[in-house]
Parts: sequence; C-alpha cells; structure tokens
Amino acid sequence: MEAALKRTPLYEIHRSLGGKLIDFGGWELPVQYSGILEEHQQVRSAAGLFDVSHMGEITVKGRDAEKFLQKLITNDISHTKDFQVMYSPVCYSDGGIVDDLLVYKYNSGNYLLVVNAANTDKDFTWMLQNLEDEVELENVSAAYAQIAIQGPKAEAVLQKLTDFQLDKIRFYHFIPDVVIAGVNTITSRTGYTGEDGFEIYLPAKYAVLVWEKLMEAGKEDGLAPAGLGARDTLRFEAALPLYGHEISEDISPLEAGLGKFVKLDKKEFIGKKALANQKEKGIPRKLAGFEMLDRGIPRSHYDVQADGASIGFVTTGSYSPTLAKNIGLALLDSAFAAEGTVIDIIIRGRALKGKVSTIPFYSKKYKK
Amino acid sequence: MKVLDGLKYSKDHEWIKVEGSRAYVGITDHAQHSLGSIVFVELPGLGKDLNEGDVLGVVESVKAASDVYSPVSGTVSEVNDALIDAPEKLNEDPYAEWIAILELSDACRTDGLMDAEEYRKFCLEEA
Repeated sequence: MEAALKRTPLYEIHRSLGGKLIDFGGWELPVQYSGILEEHQQVRSAAGLFDVSHMGEITVKGRDAEKFLQKLITNDISHTKDFQVMYSPVCYSDGGIVDDLLVYKYNSGNYLLVVNAANTDKDFTWMLQNLEDEVELENVSAAYAQIAIQGPKAEAVLQKLTDFQLDKIRFYHFIPDVVIAGVNTITSRTGYTGEDGFEIYLPAKYAVLVWEKLMEAGKEDGLAPAGLGARDTLRFEAALPLYGHEISEDISPLEAGLGKFVKLDKKEFIGKKALANQKEKGIPRKLAGFEMLDRGIPRSHYDVQADGASIGFVTTGSYSPTLAKNIGLALLDSAFAAEGTVIDIIIRGRALKGKVSTIPFYSKKYKK
Repeated sequence: MKVLDGLKYSKDHEWIKVEGSRAYVGITDHAQHSLGSIVFVELPGLGKDLNEGDVLGVVESVKAASDVYSPVSGTVSEVNDALIDAPEKLNEDPYAEWIAILELSDACRTDGLMDAEEYRKFCLEEA
C-alpha cells in the first residue's frame, strides 16, 4: 500500500479555495486554484500567495557549524554576514548534486538550512554522514510552515500586517523576528518566481491565521492564491533550477550554469576535486535555453538532436505565459549550446526546430 | 459540467456528433476542465485513416500533453484550423469547437459509446 500523502497546515484552506490537489513528492498540495495562467499573470502583475510548507528546514548549530557548512556546500559561507541568506548547491564527491538549498546565517555558530521537500531525509542523512565534531543538526521541518508572497505588490501587502519596516530587508537577507498579524516569523526577501517578494517561516499552528490575514490585506492589491503549477512556470521563465530537472545527482552545478555558486578557490569541500577537474578539462554539457521555431511544446526528458544524433535532453519545457511562446531549458553537449544554434527537439517522434536563446527568458524584477 | 444531449461520448472524454456519413469529434467540457488552460492543439493531417482508439490529435495544457483518441473509425476530411492560433477556444466552448471531421468507414460502429445520460453517470462515478 502506498503511504498516505502528507498535508501541510494549510490543507483545509486549499480545499475551501477549490484548489486542485495533487501528489507532489509525497505531499498533497494544490497545483492550481483558478488556473495556472491566471495565477502566473497575477504574480507577475500584482502578487500571489504560495503555501510552501512542504519545504524542509534543518538547523545547524555549534562551534564547528561554519567549518561543517564550508565542507558541505560548494558556495563560500565565510564572507556571509549575520542575517544574510546564501544559495548553494550541495555535491557528492563525483560532482553530482545532492540538493540545492538556502543557508540562513544567524551567526557563525547558528544556521537554518532550507532544502527541497522530497530531498529532506536524503539531505539530513548525507549531512549526518559528513558531520564535524561540534555540530548539532536537527530536522525541524515539521515545526515550520512556510508562506511565500511574491510579486510587485508583495511588500505593500505584507507591510499592512507588520510594524517592521520591510524596506530594511534587502535582497537575500532575513529578520528572525518579524511580527506578522501578531505572529512571530522569520521573514526573508527571497523567492522562486523572478519577482520581488518574501518567504515567511512561522510556527505551523499559526499558518492558517497568517494566510487568512494576508489574503484579506491583499484584497485591494489583487493578491491571489497561487499553486505549484504557477510556481513552476514562474521559476522556469526566470531560469531558476528545479531539482530533478535542471539539477540532479547526474548533473554537476557547472553544467547547470551554477558556476558562480561553486567556489573552487575555497579550501576544501565535497566534490571540489571532481568539479575542478571538470572545469580544467572543459565542461562537457551546458544548460541552455531555447525557443521553438516550429509549432510544439517541449517537455521534460524529450530528446534533443542535431543531424539525427542525440545531443542532450529537455530539462523543463512549457508554454511561457509571459512571453506567449513555447520555450525550454535543455542540457546540451557544449558544442551545441551557443546562442543561435538550431536544434531538433523530438516531439512525439517528429524532429521540430528550436533555437538556442539567452536565459533567463524573463528578466528578474528583484528589489536589491 | 456540461453534457449535451444528442451526442455520443467515449470513456476518454471525447464527444462525437454523427451527421450522415460524417462525424464531428471534439473533447468534452469535463475534459477541458480537468486539463485547465489549453495552450496548444495538434491536429491530424487531412486524409489520415484512423481506427477506433487511434490518436487523432494532441491537446496540451500548461502542465502536460494529452492525446485525443478517435472514438470511431474513419478518414479525416476536415480539421478545425482556428484552434491552431486560438487553442483556448476548446476551454471556452468545447462542444462548438470540434477538432476534426471524419468521413466514417462503412464498418463504423458507435454502439460502444455512451449517450448523454450514461456519460453523466460515468463522470460522476469517475469523480
């Protein structure tokens, strides 16, 4: 028998809003409410509210916390200031990716890691296997709900519910005790849509209260609930990677275009040797964006060919609501990844033409 | 969910309307609703011979591609070209916007298909 799907504290809200619930990595979550296209546009033009409580949270504390993270992640945490957020891949020793995560730094002995829901247990085990002497790890995922408010109106709406001056939270920074609608939260200016916005971590039992207050506060500004479907098309247009698509244990961060988050000049970290080697020898594959020239929608795992031979595969493909075009991301042999290269995408047995374009497809509207 | 009397329905949520030797084929209101916003339609080639159950076309929503099966056997004699540039019409009026017209084969049978009443029940049971 299959295990029962996990539910977030906002499950009943999704049902009452008419959300279409699906199994997302073992979680019962709404893929859409009114429709993916409408929700997508709403986030780009006003603001959207997302339940991302399924995300995993792991605390890292102790004297050797920084040393441990420096070994674990490919990015360099040592220059990060307190209350800053850092994005980083985590690699295996062969350079394949365990997961990508956000590191919230309280101080050099106290961090909060935010990881992909479906990877939480795998990540936690991996961290335990690579533990340093004085580090305490705790999987606190169940204690936290997470609500993301994203879009040009996000700050104005959220500001109505807090006395804290939100414009003081800069991009990729957080405040650990922002009181929103009377509830103590961790609030960061981060997101996964290419828009300005915030991610709010709060005790699970207050999730419904805060969600409802936000919906009410956002009425005039057009705040609408948005599901996982819109979250995916939004992050895709902004070319933000999704684990299992653009990144995986078979894809290195250098191939995925995440080189700026891999600090090869850092002392030692898991995967450094393999990644340095890859860089030296030339990166064999490269993540590229492309636009369809022929009529057709590319989808994950479709084969990409040149002269009848396979040169890679589509990692994510979709109709782009913002551009009104059919576009995709593909992992291609580096020789074919240059802008302007014409490639064949194999859609239902037919070779349809696409052209490599620049990414991101949508220029991000971050408030920095 | 809208179900029209006088049409025949398949378990894959296609409808057909038979007029003499011609059959209009489309997708039902239930189908368009569960697909969500339709952003792409792939039409069959004119003159294509289809057996019952063959793929007649493809309808894609933002999330996924879904095959449309031919509920009967026949030859494609017309396609609804307007759907190429306006696939959302399938969401707006799925019973007016047929996908293709088939010239029915002599041996064409529709007894395996449901009438409106049976299809309404079928949708309820599926849900």
